[in-house]
Amino acid sequence: MRYLPKSPADRAAMLEAIGIRSVDDLFSPIPAEYRLARDLAVPRQMAESEIVDWFKQRAKENGEGYTSFLGAGAYFHYRPVVIDALVQRGEFLTSYTPYQAEFAQGTLQAIFEFQTMISELTGMDLANASMYDGSTGAAEAVMMAVRVTGRHSAVIARNLHPEYREVLNTYATHQAIAQKLVAFTDSGQIDLKELEKAVGDDTACVLIQSPNFFGTIEDVEAIAGIAHKSGALLIVSIAEAASLGIVEPPRAADIVAMEAQSFGVPLGFGGPYCGVLATKEKFVRQMPGRLVGQTVDKNGKRGFVLTLATREQHIRREKATSNICTNQALVALMVNIFMTVYGKVGLRELAKQNLAKTAYAADQFSKHAKVLFAGAPRFNEFVVQTSEDPYAINSRLLGHKIVGGLPMKKFFPELGRAALWCCTELTTRSMIDTTVGLVAESERSVRSMKDTEPAEVAR
Amino acid sequence: MKHMTRKATRHISQNEGLIFEKSSPGKAAWKLPPLDVPEVDTAKLLGKQERKDLGDMPEVSEIEIIRHFTRLSTWNYAIDLGMYPLGSCTMKYNPRVNEFVARVEGLANGHPYQAEKISQGALQIMKTLSDCLLEITGMDAITLQPAAGAQGELTGLLMVRAYHQSKGNARKKILIPDSAHGTNPATAATVGYAVENLKSNDRGMVDVAALAAQMNEDVAALMVTNPNTLGVFEQEIHKIADLMHAKGGLLYMDGANMNALVGKARPGDFGVDVMHLNLHKTFSTPHGGGGPGSGPVAVKKMLAPFLPTPVVITKPDGTLGFEYNRPQSVGRVRAFYGNFGMFIRALAYIFANGPDGLRQTTEDAVLNANYIRKGLEGVYDLPYSTPSMHEVVFSDKVQSKKGVKTMDLAKRLIDYGFHPYTTAFPLIVPGALMIEPTESEPLEELDLFIEAMKSIAEEVEEDPQFVLDAPHNTRISRLDETAAARKPVLRWKPLPSAP
Repeated sequence: MRYLPKSPADRAAMLEAIGIRSVDDLFSPIPAEYRLARDLAVPRQMAESEIVDWFKQRAKENGEGYTSFLGAGAYFHYRPVVIDALVQRGEFLTSYTPYQAEFAQGTLQAIFEFQTMISELTGMDLANASMYDGSTGAAEAVMMAVRVTGRHSAVIARNLHPEYREVLNTYATHQAIAQKLVAFTDSGQIDLKELEKAVGDDTACVLIQSPNFFGTIEDVEAIAGIAHKSGALLIVSIAEAASLGIVEPPRAADIVAMEAQSFGVPLGFGGPYCGVLATKEKFVRQMPGRLVGQTVDKNGKRGFVLTLATREQHIRREKATSNICTNQALVALMVNIFMTVYGKVGLRELAKQNLAKTAYAADQFSKHAKVLFAGAPRFNEFVVQTSEDPYAINSRLLGHKIVGGLPMKKFFPELGRAALWCCTELTTRSMIDTTVGLVAESERSVRSMKDTEPAEVAR
Repeated sequence: MKHMTRKATRHISQNEGLIFEKSSPGKAAWKLPPLDVPEVDTAKLLGKQERKDLGDMPEVSEIEIIRHFTRLSTWNYAIDLGMYPLGSCTMKYNPRVNEFVARVEGLANGHPYQAEKISQGALQIMKTLSDCLLEITGMDAITLQPAAGAQGELTGLLMVRAYHQSKGNARKKILIPDSAHGTNPATAATVGYAVENLKSNDRGMVDVAALAAQMNEDVAALMVTNPNTLGVFEQEIHKIADLMHAKGGLLYMDGANMNALVGKARPGDFGVDVMHLNLHKTFSTPHGGGGPGSGPVAVKKMLAPFLPTPVVITKPDGTLGFEYNRPQSVGRVRAFYGNFGMFIRALAYIFANGPDGLRQTTEDAVLNANYIRKGLEGVYDLPYSTPSMHEVVFSDKVQSKKGVKTMDLAKRLIDYGFHPYTTAFPLIVPGALMIEPTESEPLEELDLFIEAMKSIAEEVEEDPQFVLDAPHNTRISRLDETAAARKPVLRWKPLPSAP
């Protein structure tokens, strides 16, 4: 086995040194009846070339070479090549959690820079070292708000990512956190009047997403006003991090629960991604997850350590702020490098391109179908309502190697035949034109069929 | 250095400030293609929502970024540099082919919501990995969704709760041995269970008599790690399972130490009802400085209805798909399907090993731990003489007489070119030195480690203060952690400009 660095002679010498005859003696603590006396029925040992071939074959069966208009919490942005060049350095890739600070300053300083940039981008005072992803980050933020306020109910925007809502339901069930859902208006934004009614003295937090699941940007200040009036915290979930380059960050929020996948993390069929929580300084001791802090060594030299560990499970056990143990360090490093590459100017220009492509695409679609929620600003997603069922449209588009928008029927049936489309800086004008052309063609034929129907009935 | 070491030599390392300290306006490492659609008026589109300024975000060039992160990387220790004997962390070799196949375009760029018709490759990877993990654990059904071990525990206990609930009573508490990892009690609390401690016997194992006394109809499950955190196999595991089952309780196994069992014994065969695996331990996915992990949960048949949604199924036409309609499911624990990139890596590892390689891996891991145990017995105190599996736990009993504690010994080990072992854990061993070499260490590296540990023990006798002041050869000396926690500085801020 090529990963095992021992010769038969090495093994024999070691057995002799230990004073046993066979390696089986070392397994004698396992009662004989539970020792496996056969080979595991897993595929036989494969050569590296065979492994590569097998996975390349799977990749071919996995939409390789398709153009995609999917977003909905997972975004296709360009990843500068320096990201993979750097994260594959063994010293980052194959190191452990930096508990031994003297021997892990590289990881620690990188996380400190990550925390700084996330704080800066979200408009919060500080950020943690990362969470599993945006969905669990949002759920942890709600639990954090419950700890901060001592209240036990949460008001949730219905236009929050539906899978984030599902994860929150799972986490909240056994924490006795009651939830109220607040509907959205014709602009796709949260209904402020309903929100006002839903928030009360028992509300720990209001959780919204901006840009929300439909891609529209919420009026965070107005929402914060309503939450704060009743002493509730405002949590803003951000699933599309690239929006922060051009959209005002939710400075009025108390906690920002972000998914940073857009910043240099591959789509990878849904993970691993990079959640992160950012908050106000006064709430830091109730925040879950690892934190890196600056300090000095005994010679006064600047260095970094994991800090405020008394919040965490390995110290506090069942009284910890969360059961979370790992962060997403390597993925956070991808995010970190991406933010560094684009920086202060590039992130804005990148976001502007997303905005322009999306404005163009929405405009083109609106000539042939109905673009919903036009009354509010949007970033890089929009909902298109068609005469034809989006599943049928997508099925036809697949024949042209195009992946259409996400049909909304499963999550928001009340929107009818609608789909959520996304454009990023990687979406070309010709892709948009071709796709809109194909959709327009089918819309025309469906509509003309419909137009003839009543006449036929009358006859 | 007092004693010479054969493992490491001092070496120039580059100084490097924070990236923000290199920033100046006009530098850039990015270039976008020309916009092929009309420019937009951002003020008109966004109104008051337009962001005008990105504050203190850096502006640097590409070569500075490459040097910055390369320099930082050289300040880390890594498996690629040498042995990483962290107990219960299983720091094994992370094969490079894993990284390569995870980056193949169709897999790396697959969108989680693309149609199942064009997701058959990803689904096949999930199905094949699931089948392999079920065979390895001897369990009946599995979810790959949990993002890490702790979330696997959470998922497992949610299923335990749902199972009891379906029988009419969710029960009140979870039994946890005093040797357990901190995530176990923290998870039980998250699921709304009370935690009851179970003491270990004088051999470091679950005290079966105590368990019998504590087990009743209020107990939902026992969370046991096997081999436990002392590296000791719970020899009475089946008696433990029987005790749990007799009173309707379930046996949860924390799979953190599965590297001692793969191909040699299967938890499903010795009475475990639900368990999680850590793909980043047993199945070689990289730790990456603290994540991402991946924590699949495998269960026996009666728990299958409660698995998180969705689950991968084979449809009547033979293609694979996701099933969402599972009324008894505990729900979703993460958006999408889990840390898919880690599934690819774990499966590539299983392929590279095959049944013979997996078994040999386990044997080598146990052989290595016992070789170290033999080499250091008599030099360090061995609190439990029970046979070791894949890791061995010593204590600082001898050295602490000179005022040198496990953490001090660990810091001195850094000077010798090794990453420290796990310190001060498990809690049942005062001053623990928890050592897990894994299968990835050649005999030469093991000998160097034993030599280093012996040398440090001698130094403690000759000059304890020298060890207390360690590390001596790192870029920075011991850091003031108290100051860091008292007045936390968690982000960089520009110096206030001069008046």
